[in-house]
Amino acid sequence: MSSFGSCLTMIRAAILAAALSMSLPVASRAGELQAKLDYCKTCHGLSGQGYRGYFPMPRLAGQQQEYLENQLRAFVERRRINPIMANVAHALSPSMVSGLSSHFQHLNPKPIGGAPSHSSPAGRQIFNEGLPEANVPACSACHGSDGHGQNEIPRLAGQLYEYMVGQLTGWSKVRGQGTSVDTSAVMAPTAHNMSRSQIEAVAAYVSTLP
Amino acid sequence: MNLTRSAWMAALLTALIAPVATAVAGEQIVPVQNCTWCHGTSAQGYAMAPRLAGQRPAYLETQLNSFREHFRDAPLSKQYMWSATAALGPQAARDLAAYFSTIPPRAANDGNTNLATMGRTIYMNGIPDANIAACYACHGPNAEGIRDIPRLGGLSRFYLKARLEQWGQGYHSVPGSPMPLVARPLASAEIEALASYLSFVK
Repeated sequence: MSSFGSCLTMIRAAILAAALSMSLPVASRAGELQAKLDYCKTCHGLSGQGYRGYFPMPRLAGQQQEYLENQLRAFVERRRINPIMANVAHALSPSMVSGLSSHFQHLNPKPIGGAPSHSSPAGRQIFNEGLPEANVPACSACHGSDGHGQNEIPRLAGQLYEYMVGQLTGWSKVRGQGTSVDTSAVMAPTAHNMSRSQIEAVAAYVSTLP
Repeated sequence: MNLTRSAWMAALLTALIAPVATAVAGEQIVPVQNCTWCHGTSAQGYAMAPRLAGQRPAYLETQLNSFREHFRDAPLSKQYMWSATAALGPQAARDLAAYFSTIPPRAANDGNTNLATMGRTIYMNGIPDANIAACYACHGPNAEGIRDIPRLGGLSRFYLKARLEQWGQGYHSVPGSPMPLVARPLASAEIEALASYLSFVK
């Protein structure tokens, strides 16, 4: 009887230990992910819709998971130059990178707005038809007619106007740095061939897309 | 004796306030006298009443409106600023904000110099492993702020420390502010360091 009782106690202890060893790391991983999401959202907006700080922080909501993962790696590998994001991304494990990216892809807040609206009709035309005389293809050809992107091609819909202007005007100074292969090279000639006012028009247009 | 001294102080303050008793912003004349009692005649602030000089006008305006609407709710806000803004119209808030933003700020310089380097590191880089965001991303390279994001540079250590602590205690500033989330992971040593560093920023 007593040996049966002690056996039961041991089994209970074993079950408890097994349960703890399984549930604790899962719980703490979920806690870590939530804490890291809160950290991302302090700058990128409480719904991931983007935020205008001293610098424009891009919208992450609805962004393609592959694109987000590739950019977080690009910051660490210095393919994309951004001192703040290099520090941020350096502290992320591979599983955290995919957890964060997956979370943001599934958010869908309204666009943050705030772009000058007068250039939007011209932007729509460039987005849908490109600028054949300037060798600029239609944005929609790769980013989709809804601007939602696919895989490593980013979503543009609802992106912050100031962020879009900043990226397109400074493309080759920030992206595709170093010697590693970087998919951003695809955009370099297109960004280069657009004038400031054409860039502003496209940025205003995509910022309104849901 | 005390009475005489108070009378003298009152007379002295009145004399000091007189030259800045009205601010001309646009076409309106705005009384700033009520502000200067606590924030100082040159709006440089005292320990618990922050410096208004050189602050972002859009920030001052949103905060004045937030006090009036009883949204900004820390104890001293309730005690002083709720009544101070009770009769303040939107145009008067805009004019006061414009006036104070044009006064050149002086740095408080009241932080602990030994903590300033650590504070600067947190300000510029955050602490990614502890989910502490870089202040620099929103408040700018010289803590000068932008639009309705406040200047932090040169505010007093006391005020900065109190504000950073209050976010974690559940007090509010304006709807949708990211600051409660930003300040939550900050430990008290990190708050001390940030407040010290920022008090020296010109």
